[in-house]
Amino acid sequence: MTSGSAPLARRARWRGWVLDLIGAMVLLYLFLPIFVIILYSFNRPEGKFNFVWKAFSLDAWRDPFKFEPLVDAMKLSLKVASISTAVATVFGSLIALALCRYKFRGSGAIGLLLVLPLTTPEVVLGSSLLSLFLDLNAHMGFTTIVIAHIMFSVSYVALTVRARIRGFDWTLEEAAMDLGATPVRVIFKVTLPLIAPGIVAAAMLSFALSLDDFIITLFNSGSEVTYPLYVYGARRAAFPPQINVLATTILVGSLLLLGITVLWQQRRLKQALVAPGA
Amino acid sequence: MAGTAAGGGRRNPVAPYLLIAPGVLWLLMFFAIPLVTLAQTSLAGEGRAWWDGYARAFTQYGSFIVRSFRFSLMATLVALLLGYPLAYVMAFRAGRFKNFLLGLVILPFFTTFLVRTFAWKTMLNDGGPIVGMLVWLHLLPPDGRLLNTNWAVIGGLTYNFLPFMILPIYVSLEKIDRRLVEAAQDLYSNPIRAFGRVVFPLSLPGVFAGSLLTFIPASGDFINAELLGSPNQRMIGTVIQNQFLQVHDYPLAASLSFVLMVIITIAVVVYARVLGTEDLA
Repeated sequence: MTSGSAPLARRARWRGWVLDLIGAMVLLYLFLPIFVIILYSFNRPEGKFNFVWKAFSLDAWRDPFKFEPLVDAMKLSLKVASISTAVATVFGSLIALALCRYKFRGSGAIGLLLVLPLTTPEVVLGSSLLSLFLDLNAHMGFTTIVIAHIMFSVSYVALTVRARIRGFDWTLEEAAMDLGATPVRVIFKVTLPLIAPGIVAAAMLSFALSLDDFIITLFNSGSEVTYPLYVYGARRAAFPPQINVLATTILVGSLLLLGITVLWQQRRLKQALVAPGA
Repeated sequence: MAGTAAGGGRRNPVAPYLLIAPGVLWLLMFFAIPLVTLAQTSLAGEGRAWWDGYARAFTQYGSFIVRSFRFSLMATLVALLLGYPLAYVMAFRAGRFKNFLLGLVILPFFTTFLVRTFAWKTMLNDGGPIVGMLVWLHLLPPDGRLLNTNWAVIGGLTYNFLPFMILPIYVSLEKIDRRLVEAAQDLYSNPIRAFGRVVFPLSLPGVFAGSLLTFIPASGDFINAELLGSPNQRMIGTVIQNQFLQVHDYPLAASLSFVLMVIITIAVVVYARVLGTEDLA
């Protein structure tokens, strides 16, 4: 140890603290609006717009379903998200499976086709789909919203599942077949359990994206109103604290769901470690 | 499912195509073909010359296009300056809190994007706490405001896409071999130079991905400009939306949309080249 190393170390530690502080400030920046959303769900606003703090109240929490259009919008969003997630998860997982376990002509092009929707602004995705529907004279509404949501979800699902199952040992399937399992049994007993965590993660992502989508939906919704569309319209008519209540509920709900999934995966991992001995 | 060839990459003439068929057909039908119809619509003219949509797009709305790219470029830069330190702390200094911090960074995604932007509107309001504090610190004149300024919109864009900047940078920093960082610190003695010569260049793929994931959606976004700005901050997304859904001037709207896409594609290619050459040096 030379005599200069002590101040040097002190300076390095100091620099580390500054970095940590900056990191903490950035996290705070990410959180600030979430605090505000939760806080203002307990507000009793003066007038129709919940933008200025007035008084603490539980009114909105006691009567979260007071505004029927808001409830209808939420129901529509949940319906759209369920259907589009179900379809996109199947389509996307199949693509990921094909890309990971087969070598085939055109797989490079497929990879590009999957990435392109993610590198195209939503305005372009939404407006181009609208121009197709206008060309076809299609009726804009529930069906066109679902079509649009499946479109942007397929890429996310395929890429997420592919990232999770890349480099997998597919010889396990052959081993199962050598041991006399039928192909159907192999799919349900070997393939699906192996790729399930990736698929669950992708489905959750797809559901969240669908529930949150505004721009693409705006172009293809006709007269239907989803939850984000309702919130956007609310800035003109009325912005009740019930919107914050729903947003807070979604936050807590998805955190719970995430926690359950993590626990489920840890248990699976433990079972997998115990199983060979059992 | 006849297991003929062994190993990861199997050869089966039809199976992979059957697996990809539904998803790929969907993407072709509702992503690729619509881009063609968008181009057709932009050239349809509807009683005017075929190039009329593009001519009007540039002459009447050129300033909106320029503003959109200026705002999204600023937002990308600010997001990089804010996101990199946090990604660095998460990758190198968080220890066992790494996954916890990762969870915190994606937490905003669990509340609706629009409601979060409204929350910013609430915070930046004229009588709100942030304006009050800045006035008190004399950083803002007594009648100053934050809402309806360029910085409100840029701040909103930065906020909304910040996690998309942090996550790829974190992933690329996380991949760096720790021994390499230690070796660099021994070699350069100055930690800042060690960072500049070793860590930062190795994190460039993350910076590249993060910048694109921020810049591309920001340039087409119009929610932040609509909610946090005035007509003086209007971005091209508002115009496209308005022309398509209210005015129904389809050739103009489609031209604007197409121009946005082409400029972004060019920007991405140029950016990839620039970062690529730096990587080699």
